[in-house]
Amino acid sequence: MDFRFNEDQELLQTTVRDFLEGEITPEVVRELWDTDTGRSPALWKTLAEIGLPGLLVPEEYGGMGMDEVDFVLLLEETGRAGLAEPIVSTAAVAVPMLREIGGALAKEWLPKIATGDAVVAVGHPDVAFVEDAHVADLLLLSNGADEVHAVLAVDADITLQPANDPSRKIASVSFTPTQATCVASGDEARAFLAAAFDRGALASAAQALGACDRMIALAVEYTSERKQFGKPIGSFQAVKHHLAGVKVKLEYARPVVQRAAHSVASGSPLRALHVSMAKLVACEAGVFGAKQTLQCHGAIGYTWEQDLHVWMRRAWSLDRSWGRAPLHMGRVQTALLEDGAPMGSGCTFSSPGA
Amino acid sequence: MDLTFTPEQEKFRAQAREWLAAHVPAEPLKSFDTAEGAKQHREWEHVLNGGGWAMVPWPVEYGGRGANLLEWLIFEEEYYRAGAPKRINQNGIFLLGPTIMEYGTPEQKARFLPKMAASEEVWAQGWSEPNAGSDMANIQTTAIRGTDGDGEHFMVNGQKTWASRGAFGDWLFGMFRTDPDSERHKGLTFILLPLDLPGVTVRPIEQLDGLPGFAEVFLDNVRVPAEYQLGEEGQGWQVAMSTAGFERGLMLRSPARFQDTARRLVELYRENADDVSETVRDDVLRCWIGAEAYTLETFRTVSRLLAGGKIGAESSLNKIFWSELDLKMHELALEILGDRGDLLPGAPAAEGVGNWLDGYLFALSGPIYAGTNEIQRNIISERILGMPR
Ligand SMILES: Cc1cc2nc3c(=O)[nH]c(=O)nc-3n(C[C@H](O)[C@H](O)[C@H](O)COP(=O)(O)OP(=O)(O)OC[C@H]3O[C@@H](n4cnc5c(N)ncnc54)[C@H](O)[C@@H]3O)c2cc1C
Repeated sequence: MDFRFNEDQELLQTTVRDFLEGEITPEVVRELWDTDTGRSPALWKTLAEIGLPGLLVPEEYGGMGMDEVDFVLLLEETGRAGLAEPIVSTAAVAVPMLREIGGALAKEWLPKIATGDAVVAVGHPDVAFVEDAHVADLLLLSNGADEVHAVLAVDADITLQPANDPSRKIASVSFTPTQATCVASGDEARAFLAAAFDRGALASAAQALGACDRMIALAVEYTSERKQFGKPIGSFQAVKHHLAGVKVKLEYARPVVQRAAHSVASGSPLRALHVSMAKLVACEAGVFGAKQTLQCHGAIGYTWEQDLHVWMRRAWSLDRSWGRAPLHMGRVQTALLEDGAPMGSGCTFSSPGA
Repeated sequence: MDLTFTPEQEKFRAQAREWLAAHVPAEPLKSFDTAEGAKQHREWEHVLNGGGWAMVPWPVEYGGRGANLLEWLIFEEEYYRAGAPKRINQNGIFLLGPTIMEYGTPEQKARFLPKMAASEEVWAQGWSEPNAGSDMANIQTTAIRGTDGDGEHFMVNGQKTWASRGAFGDWLFGMFRTDPDSERHKGLTFILLPLDLPGVTVRPIEQLDGLPGFAEVFLDNVRVPAEYQLGEEGQGWQVAMSTAGFERGLMLRSPARFQDTARRLVELYRENADDVSETVRDDVLRCWIGAEAYTLETFRTVSRLLAGGKIGAESSLNKIFWSELDLKMHELALEILGDRGDLLPGAPAAEGVGNWLDGYLFALSGPIYAGTNEIQRNIISERILGMPR
């Protein structure tokens, strides 16, 4: 039992944080908002240089060969940076799915992802829209709940659905399923889709933590400078207590997300439960953080110009991505009340038996 | 990251489980805030100590088992799982004990810790005074150093209040003003004081449940031997902050307690699912997730501590989290019980209501004791977030 990350993992986190701090300024995010796609192939290439898209790609295909425990801290950093490139859809979800599908498809696409030369988006029956489909080269799509199809983006019908968060690019996708596009069916397809869903939810949860942390930082900075009644507003207790409340939620969401990453990486039988718990608490922290930090900013926070809303909107988006709260709550309910997941003292890490 | 227990840890768990199964009293004890219950709880602690389980993380020579903090968490999980009695000497074993371990002289450790582990000496906490609640630096009870024929001592005068276990306890620890000209955090000294000394008057105070869970302690020319000073004279605040850290954090409130409450809550919901709304169901599930989150965060903290890390102001995050969670769980339980939630245990229709009402009354004090949650939020915002004072 050692609930810590190793030195390499922490070092990589610092490296990625520093890198993103330099590259993904709020100005960069806003410039991307004004582009047609909201995505930048050049930026994607740069991210590939530090290994992000290919983090989960096996080394034989040019990736880093890492797992979700390695990735979770970095996903949090991408959330802190407000990075909207297809990190979740391609790096966190499509890559492991391609790995599992294997064969020629994996051989063709995984190396391209690792070098930043391809974007792959994933559709799921429980997720209304396909994230990043508009810039994808390949789409992994479900047909009903028990077929997975690999479809070239040029062969699909993709309609972008502008959303509240200019960083969030989602589309409705339709395609004609054929024998040739079908890459998995039946139990296998269901297993791939279930894993994809958990990975998407985990990655969104991790990003929500980063977004929440960033909003706290912005609010602390702002309230330390802004003066009213002759004092920094951050010295007023009501303001302090708003932010302390967010901090409590955030710090108790983080270990839940980290444990979920461990359960995904290790293929725990409780993976779905752990991921749903993580998604719920992390996104709750994010959405609560948005509300409270906005309040601490006053009117300036209510402007388009102030950067706070870059992360507020991320927090809202992430809450809606890869299953909204009721869906995840339903999964927790099933696990606990129907499937009899172990409960009570001593059951958090292993089932101590009768 | 390794989230599995080692075979040694599993073995330790099995040992604890086996011992507890053989020894935990079949019938629940009376509340330790009654004379009879206090006696029963002391007897239980005597049995626990006899088995070597009273305070597993302490060194063997002080009545412990020399276990590490992870094993302690495992023990706690088993302790709650077995439905074992509450710890009458929690002020001693969880709060003062670790403080003596850090600041005590070898003589003090040998003098106090074994008797504490055995609950032969039950401890009350004496921080609060009529004019020193949240503002603990306003302590006014004086302890003036002097010498007489029997040696060096402190002459103590003043009043402590809200001292938990004061009614049936043997000793009191707390902070006293040893420099009468000092102000605020300076000039305070941490002193251990036997409650049977001449000049000590203990007046029990009934809590919301009608039992004397705490007491006022009047101190009128009480002569306390100087060897009962813990840490250096004038350094009381620093010593006390270490105790407060244990109280807010993982020592006093290990996760097992809340995991256990959460499990009972989910079971209560299951039994009554047809009568309550989906909103209640979701809140129940959220509480269960909260108890898991608290557990995970505690194991994360302990992993860090075992690797040489320290806990500081983060214990304020803990304090808020567990106290709010505990209260929420009990509120929900009463909501689920509906009309029966209001019944006292002896009521004819109280079958199956458990001890939720009592638990609710106690949970209400969680956001108050150990430093109110408002004070914890001040600490979080100023010391963790770095907001201006
Ligand atoms: C069940 C129970 C057991 C206890 N056991 C012990 C014990 O064993 N030993 C002991 O010494 N004490 C004990 N206490 C006392 C406890 O430590 C105090 O109640 C607590 O520190 C608050 O002090 P107070 O009651 O004087 O409230 P006050 O300090 O008067 O506070 C009243 C309200 O004002 C708020 N407030 C005060 N100052 C501030 C501020 N600066 N910023 C924001 N809000 C503020 C508080 O948060 C609270 O809501 C116990 C209390 C309870 C309920």
